[in-house]
Amino acid sequence: MTTESKSHESGAAYGTFHRRVLEGKGAVFAVVTTVAILVGGIVEIVPMYTAGAGPETADWVTPYTPLEVAGRDIYIREGCYLCHSQWVRPMRAEILRYGEWSRAPEYQYDRPFLLGSRRMGPDLHRVSQKYPDAWHYEHMRDPRSTSPGSVMPPYPWLLEATLDAEDVQASVRALRKAGVPYSDSDVDGTAGSLATQGQQITASLAGAGIETRPDREIVALIAYLQRLGREGKAYLSNESGGGE
Amino acid sequence: MSQVESTAQETRAYDDNIVKLFFGATVLWGAVGMLVGVIIALQIAWWPANLGLPWTTFGRLRPLHTNAVIFAFAGNVCFTGIYYSMQRLLKTRMYSDLLSKLHFWGWQAIIVAAAITLPLGLTQSKEYAELIWPIDVAIAVVWVIFAWNFFGTIAVRRVKHLYVAIWFYMSFVITIAVLHIVNSLAIPATLARSYPVFAGLTDGLVQWWYGHNAVGFFLTTPFLGLMYYFLPRAAERPVYSYRLSIIHFWALVFLYIWAGPHHLLYSALPDWAQTLGMVFSIMLLAPSWGGMLNGLLTLRGAWDRLRTDPILKFMVVAVSFYGMSTFEGPVMSIRSVNGLAHFTNWVIGHVHSGALGWVGMMSFGTLYWLFPRLWNRELAYPKMATQHFWLATIGIVLYTVSMWVAGLMEGLQWRALNESGQLANPIFLDIVHSLMPYYWMRVLGGTLYLTGMVMFLFNVVKTISGPERAAAVEAPSPVPAA
Repeated sequence: MTTESKSHESGAAYGTFHRRVLEGKGAVFAVVTTVAILVGGIVEIVPMYTAGAGPETADWVTPYTPLEVAGRDIYIREGCYLCHSQWVRPMRAEILRYGEWSRAPEYQYDRPFLLGSRRMGPDLHRVSQKYPDAWHYEHMRDPRSTSPGSVMPPYPWLLEATLDAEDVQASVRALRKAGVPYSDSDVDGTAGSLATQGQQITASLAGAGIETRPDREIVALIAYLQRLGREGKAYLSNESGGGE
Repeated sequence: MSQVESTAQETRAYDDNIVKLFFGATVLWGAVGMLVGVIIALQIAWWPANLGLPWTTFGRLRPLHTNAVIFAFAGNVCFTGIYYSMQRLLKTRMYSDLLSKLHFWGWQAIIVAAAITLPLGLTQSKEYAELIWPIDVAIAVVWVIFAWNFFGTIAVRRVKHLYVAIWFYMSFVITIAVLHIVNSLAIPATLARSYPVFAGLTDGLVQWWYGHNAVGFFLTTPFLGLMYYFLPRAAERPVYSYRLSIIHFWALVFLYIWAGPHHLLYSALPDWAQTLGMVFSIMLLAPSWGGMLNGLLTLRGAWDRLRTDPILKFMVVAVSFYGMSTFEGPVMSIRSVNGLAHFTNWVIGHVHSGALGWVGMMSFGTLYWLFPRLWNRELAYPKMATQHFWLATIGIVLYTVSMWVAGLMEGLQWRALNESGQLANPIFLDIVHSLMPYYWMRVLGGTLYLTGMVMFLFNVVKTISGPERAAAVEAPSPVPAA
């Protein structure tokens, strides 16, 4: 009992208080611990909702289309976010390499957020329109065909796997429930929207000599990648000097 | 108060079967989780190791690795140590054998579910919280079972005061429940897919509040609890300072929870939250080093045994790595340092100095001390334990040094500008290729660490299948039980 009796001899007031009130009563100890661990989280998270101190939102950002939602889910499934960030930081070298730094509203419909934590490959938050649709198609089939020396694994199964419109509709419906402002007609029109946007991409791919169908997973992923940062780029290029 | 922890009769009253079960799961999942780690390290150095199959690509195996080593290996280590030590510290059998069993089998079923769903690409994408919502529900249920058993045991204890290890275990039980439930709040779309109730940067804030405190309360506080029980027992010395343990416990549990936003420095998250995260991360150095000092100084008068005792070797290196990584973490949380370190291999090196160094070595020290006692055996190959120690230590050094160098190299190359103010290294892939030697060095370091784990496994099997020790009497405990 060396250590404990030593502290008793020293007679530290908080030591005896701690021993009597906290260590002697498990329930009290548990309650005080719970309060101690809750404070930081409450102070940091609650004002995001209640004090208007949360991330800025804007009306120049629109929710993802159903095809983009499907593409985003594929991006999540394949773990793309583990090697590619979606977060251009406000630093000269990053702006030169990737484009305008990432603004808060650009993430406002992101559920889950996909900022990433590691850049094994380049950032993708401004990848929209950087490459043609066909480039992405070839890059997923064989990354080294478009980027010699790339260390990215190939994803040929995306070229064959198909989307299920009902499955995508379930996603759109759940996202609306979570708070994304989709209308009834957005939800009901999922299948039509998938087909229309898918055909635009297959047409552009056909122009480059690639034959595929609008319900392929690769089409959805291309739709998502070509969306990344598009609205931010358009908005920021209209702003004077692009600053805030 | 008696110096002798328990009579032979009381020892029989403890439920050590559940401890043995958790120990067995630890050894199994530890080997699997570390093997997957070496595989994904190889995939980064040599992309064909992705094997061209959807289930084996880096993007699907990386979450399998992190979940396996955190929740399967480290989690089962915590449960092994907690079920063993809390019965002895509270001088009572666990509150309910049924709850203990439900906890064990429930947790292992969750691990199996994770090992199936993650390679299938079923994920929520939040780091260390990837598992799909039905598994999240199962985790919450199993955690409540564990908490019920835990607090029930405290309620029926036969000592008056709670020893410091119990405080740390308690913060683990409470905080993980809070973090898991809040961060997992989501709207299901299908059985395998859901969308978080939080959006964008707020979702990021909630995730890193969870993510950083998974480090804090899954990989730090329970392991400090293990340190406070098993280090004094292995060293046969009392804890250095009771007063220091009070101060650093409360400071640690209060400050840790604020640190999450340092994962979002230089993002568009409101500045006030970024600054809070940075400030509290820096303050966290003090209680972290309080724990390190209390651990190391507990060895005063026992340092000579470090030459011969592999268990103390593991523990001392563990506590030293705890000190190093909790110094490095606050430094990396400083905005300008983070500007260089973020997104790079430096972060991976930092995490692994904590994971391989602190968590891994503390686990091995604890387990080598514990399992021969559990089965009442002599360790079959004590020399092999020392060899394991050296292999693991060299492995950690290779791992962390290679990742520090690779991290600084890529961070500096990404930002380098030439004299005309343009990017000095405009081709991203050139920078990737410059890191390859260090990626191979990391594969080597990880392989050494895994080899040590396999030697441990071998030692365990040989020890348990060996002859029983003659006298079945527990050693008297120098640890104040209350």
